[in-house]
Amino acid sequence: MSLLLERIRKSYREPGGRKLPVLGIERFEMAQGEQVALLGSSGGGKTTLLNIISGILTPDSGRVIVDGRDIAAMQEVVRDRFRATKIGIVFQTFNLLPAFSALENVLLGMSFSGKGVDKAFAKQLLERVGLGHRLNHSPQKLSVGEQQRVAVARSLANKPVLLLADEPTANVDPANQQLILDLIRDTCRDHNVSLLMVTHSMEVASAYQRVEKLQEFNRPELCLQEQTV
Amino acid sequence: MNLLTIAWKSIRQRTLASFLTALSIGLGVMLMVLVLVIFGAVNSAFTQRSVGYDLIVGPKGSDLQLVLSAVYRIQPPIENLPYMYLEQLKKDRRIISAVPLAFGDVTEAGSFPIVGTTTEYFENEYMPGQRFKIRGERISALFDGIIGAEVARQNGWDVGSTFSIVHGGAESGDVHDEKFTVVAVLAPTGTANDRTVFLNLEGFYAIAGHEKPVDEIEKRLKDFYAADPERLADAMQQLEGYKQTEKAAGDAHDHTHASPDAMKEVTAILVRTRPETPFDAISLSAELQKGFQAMAVNPVRPIQRLVTGLLGNIQKALVVLTGIIILVSGVGIFVSIYNSMSDRRREIAIMRALGAGRMHVFGIVLAESTLLCVGGGVVGWLVGHGLAIGASPWVIRQTGLLINPWALNSWEAILFPVLVGLAALVGFLPAMTAYRTNVADALSS
Ligand SMILES: Nc1ncnc2c1ncn2[C@@H]1O[C@H](COP(=O)(O)OP(=O)(O)OP(=O)(O)O)[C@@H](O)[C@H]1O
Ligand SMILES: [Mg+2]
Repeated sequence: MSLLLERIRKSYREPGGRKLPVLGIERFEMAQGEQVALLGSSGGGKTTLLNIISGILTPDSGRVIVDGRDIAAMQEVVRDRFRATKIGIVFQTFNLLPAFSALENVLLGMSFSGKGVDKAFAKQLLERVGLGHRLNHSPQKLSVGEQQRVAVARSLANKPVLLLADEPTANVDPANQQLILDLIRDTCRDHNVSLLMVTHSMEVASAYQRVEKLQEFNRPELCLQEQTV
Repeated sequence: MNLLTIAWKSIRQRTLASFLTALSIGLGVMLMVLVLVIFGAVNSAFTQRSVGYDLIVGPKGSDLQLVLSAVYRIQPPIENLPYMYLEQLKKDRRIISAVPLAFGDVTEAGSFPIVGTTTEYFENEYMPGQRFKIRGERISALFDGIIGAEVARQNGWDVGSTFSIVHGGAESGDVHDEKFTVVAVLAPTGTANDRTVFLNLEGFYAIAGHEKPVDEIEKRLKDFYAADPERLADAMQQLEGYKQTEKAAGDAHDHTHASPDAMKEVTAILVRTRPETPFDAISLSAELQKGFQAMAVNPVRPIQRLVTGLLGNIQKALVVLTGIIILVSGVGIFVSIYNSMSDRRREIAIMRALGAGRMHVFGIVLAESTLLCVGGGVVGWLVGHGLAIGASPWVIRQTGLLINPWALNSWEAILFPVLVGLAALVGFLPAMTAYRTNVADALSS
């Protein structure tokens, strides 16, 4: 099992101080190497869920088991290092660092894992996403599609067990969308990486064997119930 | 990639601001280095190691003036001592060398000081461990001269050149009739010798007008040896004999005839005592202080007093001033990095999402301020010493100060630790901002 969520509760504080329940998930799991499309409406808590899985946010309660270890229970330094080594993230807005070349962005992905950088592997990844000839280009000099391909290569830099993709093609031109979606799925399959693909597009989701709708297993009201217990 | 490389990238992203702030630190450091090098040169010029003599003996008066005139040759002489007094000093067991100097005139070209002395002057070390290197011949004729390196350079003189001298300082305009010939040139020494023209003492006496009237000499000797009737009687006897020969020569105006010692005077006497008994110089000096109309002074102490008293404080003030420049530059670095933090919130969040810990991003920002402070400092330090190297031949020519461009000062030893501390200080707040960045918020903004 690459991911197991148990009794996750997460609510935000609204500016007025009122509690805003966002996530109430009893159980969610993914097998090693499995690819899942996660559908959800806007504001439904998809990004919040991904942040909790990656350890960027901690849930109010519950267990987040990635590769056999509970992220939510880790100390922050341990969690950061764990994220660096086990989890890859592809953002909707690519989030490449403008001061770094394509290759350096991938190397940056390796910099915090504590394992040192593997330049040959970084090049290999960029070649795999079709950018072997763009290694030293800065992000501003790359097309939007190329930028997201760099981001895909970067997310796999540490050979993670789990890849989280948050609507990775929402900002990409239609011509490139399918290419990138296929690229993500293929590379994950190549490296036996589990993939959680967040999308609001039925078309994107339809390609996946397993499609989950967040609304169907997320019951934010659970946050409130437990408070009253 | 390590934190330094990442920090360097971020510095490169804000090239102009980074360059300017590092430049200001560099300028401050460069100025500090120059202040230290210049004052270091001034200080070392006036240390014990800069003069090869233990005592300067001269007529009673200002010790500072005696040193400035006899050693540094930048002041007119006080007065003269009887030549007989030199003979007397030479008999003292504690003294291994007593070299007479007679001066007061300057060259017509360039106004370089003229010093009449003996060959012993060139046999002695001019600085501990340093001997004159002389190119040319020994003085053989009465009007032969040896010139310092700077005199040769500025006046374009070499062996064989002839020159005239002006009586009693350039402003008198009273040019002596005698023509002198350069027979040798000294190699540069970095001392006042480079700016001096040396004549044989006998030649100096032979210059018309240098010998005072017998009556005046008689009066001066009576003053000088008032407490020593034996020597006075000897001197008076010599003078009587001289008066006879003068009369015999009549109106011939022949000045090349030999004068008795009693008729001669010296302006100062450079004295070396035995190195194995350092107290000799002190006891000698104390004795002279009590005795006749002479004094013996340490060749550097009067100047050291001036240097440490006055220049020392100026140096401190300048170092503090450059320190303030560096500090203000540090504030500039703080402002520059701190302002960039809001633009970099997202970048920091991305790095955190890639697995960077809070300490990583804290360290990256701190590394940035360190690179700017220390990097700017290193460049400024190198440029400062580079300038010192480039300017040192010029400074030596102009001032005779021997500049050691790489001489490290104790202030410099603490400079880099201070720069690192400054970097930590100005980097701390921005680094804390990075440390505290809310990753989820920053990513969604
Ligand atoms: N830091 C926060 N403080 C308060 N409320 C928040 C915060 N972050 C998100 N929310 C709210 O929580 C809910 C879920 O947000 P989230 O970003 O997870 O949704 P999403 O499914 O990713 O939406 P989208 O499809 O628009 O990206 C939203 O109503 C949002 O307004
Ligand atoms: Mg979202």
